[in-house]
Amino acid sequence: MSSIAQYLLNGLMQGTIYGLVAIGFTIFFGVMNVIKFSHGDVLTFGAFGGLVAAWAATALGFPIWLELVFVVLISVMASAAIGAIIARGLVLPLKDAPPLNMLLMTMMVGTAIRECIRLFFPNGTNPQRFPELLPSGGFDLSGVYFRYDGLILIAAGIAFIFAVQWIINRTRLGLAIRAVAEDGETARTMGINFTLTVAIAFAIGSMTAGVAGALYGLYYSEINYSMGLILAIIGFSAAIIGGLGNIWGAIVGGYLFAGLQTAVVALLPALSDYKNVIALIVVVALIAWRPTGLLAERGSERV
Amino acid sequence: MLGSKGGVWGLAVSGLVLMAAANADGAFAKEKVKIAFVGPLTGSNSQHGIGGRNSAELAVKLKNADPATKYEYELVALDDECKPNVAVQVVTKIASDNSIVVAVPHYCSAAAIATVDIFHRFKLPMVIWAAVLPQITYAKKVPEIHRVSGTLIGQNRVGAQFMKERGYKTFVSFADSTDYGKSMNEYFTKFTNENKNEILGAFAVPPDQQDVSAELTRIKELNPQVIYFGGLTPLGTRVRTQMEKLGITAQLEGNSGIMGDAFISAVGPELAEGTLTFFDSPPLSKMPGGKFFSDNYTKAGYTQSPEAYGPFAFAATNLVMEEIERVGPNRAKITEALGKVKDRPSIIGPITFDDYGQNITPLTTKYVVQDGKWTIWEESEYATGKRKLKNLP
Repeated sequence: MSSIAQYLLNGLMQGTIYGLVAIGFTIFFGVMNVIKFSHGDVLTFGAFGGLVAAWAATALGFPIWLELVFVVLISVMASAAIGAIIARGLVLPLKDAPPLNMLLMTMMVGTAIRECIRLFFPNGTNPQRFPELLPSGGFDLSGVYFRYDGLILIAAGIAFIFAVQWIINRTRLGLAIRAVAEDGETARTMGINFTLTVAIAFAIGSMTAGVAGALYGLYYSEINYSMGLILAIIGFSAAIIGGLGNIWGAIVGGYLFAGLQTAVVALLPALSDYKNVIALIVVVALIAWRPTGLLAERGSERV
Repeated sequence: MLGSKGGVWGLAVSGLVLMAAANADGAFAKEKVKIAFVGPLTGSNSQHGIGGRNSAELAVKLKNADPATKYEYELVALDDECKPNVAVQVVTKIASDNSIVVAVPHYCSAAAIATVDIFHRFKLPMVIWAAVLPQITYAKKVPEIHRVSGTLIGQNRVGAQFMKERGYKTFVSFADSTDYGKSMNEYFTKFTNENKNEILGAFAVPPDQQDVSAELTRIKELNPQVIYFGGLTPLGTRVRTQMEKLGITAQLEGNSGIMGDAFISAVGPELAEGTLTFFDSPPLSKMPGGKFFSDNYTKAGYTQSPEAYGPFAFAATNLVMEEIERVGPNRAKITEALGKVKDRPSIIGPITFDDYGQNITPLTTKYVVQDGKWTIWEESEYATGKRKLKNLP
């Protein structure tokens, strides 16, 4: 029983990261019908931004709590900024282009970001040690080992998910984003600044990647230039399973994917090498069963 | 004036200077010979690759500084990223370049095993400096293939015996899913079973897998006394770090894949403390030419550590240059000469290649991390009983 709880706890951490990545995909698709394949690399960009912030904070002698805040803030801002730039500079000008062009463009942008980190970041090809800024240690409760940093990161990730949900559903900005998502032309006639709203929506979507990148670095204590690749594939799969365009669907998809990976290792340890393959096969089966996702997008409620 | 005394003297001096210059030119115009070095210069194993590259480069520099050599050597260093597909491209490139007469390739076994046939097809002799997968030399007799490092068989044999002597009974194997990891697991299993110890489970994951918490949770459930790790430093680092995150207190038993400063600096000295490993060489200070190597390495101004296999890269490069000096820069002749190497003195000890090109003289040594340094077991406080390994029965 304690092992099941331990698996759940581990899966919860992974699922939170996957869910955050998936939310970004769902926001981009909901607002502009765009599948932004550079999302994983935006996550990497945010994580490296956080690492630079940590170096700067150490050099400036910040106390550790301030360093932590600074790292997360810079990760989020770096991702948001590059997300908004991609939206304003590439997605909006190409909004009437064939979807395939848009797909290709976002893939190329992602590759460019990844390669720039590899080539221009000091020792960019090597994995970078991310500073441990959270309390180490933990406690054992009925055979389940609760690590303080893991608990803090899960709580922070879930809190951010709720914050995004709140912004989208309970604020005037969210109302504008949803209006643009429903019908851009009508939103314009109602006085909504279409260009600005799309850029902000992309910034919010990219912020989720920034948070995921910071969480990833703080939890695993290591980041590398290609970390966004597999996270993008998993995040996109999670968004598809849940129902592209539906935030709760993305979250469900993220936790489901992490659950599948964990279940393979727990139930079939000899196949642990194939956990991604098996999880992705299940995704294919789920898509075949429910092509619009587990929580299908409702026509009147996009994003 | 030509007719004047000064003019004649001037001409004579000029003539002498010209002749001296021509002679000097002749003395230094040695034939240039290219040697290829291949290793992971980028990516997660690059610390080992760069340490090996620096060491090979040092051997070339020292040889070129010797006026008695017949040739001037040039090291062409190429990056295989520890990836089989990249290694195949890189080796095909050097093998098809006729100006390169011999190679000193590969840190990673997965890369080395992929290129054996290319070296053979292009008749390019080589001496591996680090990769330890037995099949590289022993799968079939290939005249071009030689290796100064040991194979992982010896490491696992010594390791299994050592763990039995400490009284450990239950193990879990955690290896990467490359040929290297599979072979590590194979020989670990063989020797552990021979020692009548029990393996509770075996796990294999891709070497770039970031999260190993699910596997470790299962391992925690199995509650082994020892986690055996058969992989390289990056994955080893994650296993050790995430063991701590899950509160797993099992003893970590590694192998040559985590040997080197990179592992300790990546996990930190506290977490690395007490980690065991078995490696086919004594430390630099105890190698026959260890002091010579480390003094020259420091003098050359390299900022990166040579890592565990740097001295092997140095020895391999030196060996191929010695053969070139003897038989000339000809691939076939070098291949033949390398096949006859026996009791050849080197900084890592005498080198003798068997019929398969495998150096049969490495000394497998037991190491434990003590105060942030790999320490020979016999000289450690663990051996004296002052410190204790984890989970000792």
